[in-house]
Amino acid sequence: MSYATKKLAEEKVFKDPVHRYVHVRDQVIWDLVATREFQRLRRIKQLGTTYLVFHGAEHSRFSHSLGVYEITRRVVDDVFVNYPEWDKSERLVALCAALLHDLGHGPFSHAFEHVFNLDHEAYTRAIILGDTEVNAVLRRVSEDFPQKVSDVIEKTYDNQQVVSLISSQIDADRMDYLQRDAYFTGVSYGHFDMERILRVMRPREDQIVIKSSGMHAVEDYIMSRYQMYWQVYFHPVSRSAEVILRKTLERAQELYRAGYMFNVAPTPFQSFFDGNISLEQYIELDENIIMTYFHFWTHEEDAILSDLSSRFLNRRLFKYIEYDPGADFKKVLELEELYKKAGLNANYYLVHDSTSDLPYDFYRPGEEEGRLPIHLLRSNGELSELSRSSEVVEAISGKRRFDHKIYFPEDVLLENGKKRMLRKQILEVLNR
Amino acid sequence: MLEEHANVVRFVSLAGEVTGRKKLQKMVYIAKKFDFPFHEKYHFHMYGPYSEELTMRVEELCTMGFLTERKEDKGSYKQYCYEVTDKGNTFSDSFCKEAAGLPQIIDELNTQSARFLELVSTLLYFDELARDEQIIKVRTVKAKLNFTDEEMTRAFQFIAQLNPFKNNENGV
Repeated sequence: MSYATKKLAEEKVFKDPVHRYVHVRDQVIWDLVATREFQRLRRIKQLGTTYLVFHGAEHSRFSHSLGVYEITRRVVDDVFVNYPEWDKSERLVALCAALLHDLGHGPFSHAFEHVFNLDHEAYTRAIILGDTEVNAVLRRVSEDFPQKVSDVIEKTYDNQQVVSLISSQIDADRMDYLQRDAYFTGVSYGHFDMERILRVMRPREDQIVIKSSGMHAVEDYIMSRYQMYWQVYFHPVSRSAEVILRKTLERAQELYRAGYMFNVAPTPFQSFFDGNISLEQYIELDENIIMTYFHFWTHEEDAILSDLSSRFLNRRLFKYIEYDPGADFKKVLELEELYKKAGLNANYYLVHDSTSDLPYDFYRPGEEEGRLPIHLLRSNGELSELSRSSEVVEAISGKRRFDHKIYFPEDVLLENGKKRMLRKQILEVLNR
Repeated sequence: MLEEHANVVRFVSLAGEVTGRKKLQKMVYIAKKFDFPFHEKYHFHMYGPYSEELTMRVEELCTMGFLTERKEDKGSYKQYCYEVTDKGNTFSDSFCKEAAGLPQIIDELNTQSARFLELVSTLLYFDELARDEQIIKVRTVKAKLNFTDEEMTRAFQFIAQLNPFKNNENGV
């Protein structure tokens, strides 16, 4: 028996709060889970700073990755297995890509990427293709197997059915994170009938389609996604924590580049500050290290670094106001001027943050860009794009929503003492 | 503050006019690959590297009145042209930092066709591969476009031609 088809003597299971059990029979999957690069995902939270708002949201990328694997396994082993349109030889590459799709996420994923201009998908590919334990396991399958797994995650794999399973508008990734994040945050949104969706998924030519009888389950899934984005992922208070996290890292980098002498040398960050990061250094850094350094930085002489890191650790977050840059962009210039006069550093204490979402969209013939649609499979074998049949989805299809906020330390602006009048003026401009 | 929005406005302003969403996508991607400060995330899409974040940002900038979008009916498809408004210029002047080399690179890019930029950006997307592998990969993922050997050669020459304009400033 080859390594690719080798099964464990007994099935192993991971107890999971969302899927009850995650089942592993393949030796390759078992070995991948045991690699240091995959184990590292235990130390990366799935929802970054969201735990500062929803205290249950401490779950990790590790559990999410297992969940995506489990959903994919159920689709290929239980649903697709009897359909000739599904190429059974793609099973292992689909399972590996599902398991490894988030491997390159750094600590506090998006905030960290933003500060250091990184792309976690590029690091996912680098870990799969580089000199790593994950790569060694994948190469035991075949020399070109790591590249195949990487291509699926990069969406350039020949078989687009496999790509769609992991990354499309209705994929195993989203189906897991919506349910998992809802479970751990404790919110009532995010729930939908995944069992039903899995039962009605069908492989068809170069895509995965949904039997039209499953349309209402898909509607529910899309609305769940919409609500989770605005109620959880874009929560203004967790965005405040993310703003402070970003600004702390930016400050540390600025000081490092200026030759500032830290009490404790920021060794794990040096390559990030220098912009010259090796794969090994990237893999080494996790959220535990970041939090340790934030503790160190609270004792730094630099008042800004000390204040920001302390704010993050002790949840003394910035307040916010709604902001419309189109109508009000000059307000920021006025505020920056007032900050300067008041002796406050606007770069760290006056922060614009924006976010946007598009719950569902589809490629329109004749247009240049768009998303691959969700197609419904009718009983006569024809396909129809979801929003043509669903009034609920049509109502939100192609509708983008934007949100802008300005974050600031209200506690500092309310302090008595020097330049009190200027601070009061700032609060007035902020309509506080 | 607002630099990421202002950078996109400045980009269109430097181009004067950008014809086609696909062209704008590829131009920004190529500039990003040459280390200019664009934070919009790109993925591989049906026309090569594509950023939904950039699509959203452009729509938002139009809503804010910083960009204008003009739709031209080309028969089988619609083409979108982008220009900066006076308000947009004031906005980008207020929040943008100068980036040496960017005007030159935009000039070079804006004179090329969307098809050619699709080829260049796709080659750059796979720039971690050796040149031969890059070509094979592009021919695989872009099989329908039938890029000729001549186009491939010209694309590599074009990339080399852009190298002197690469942004060397830290902290993009």
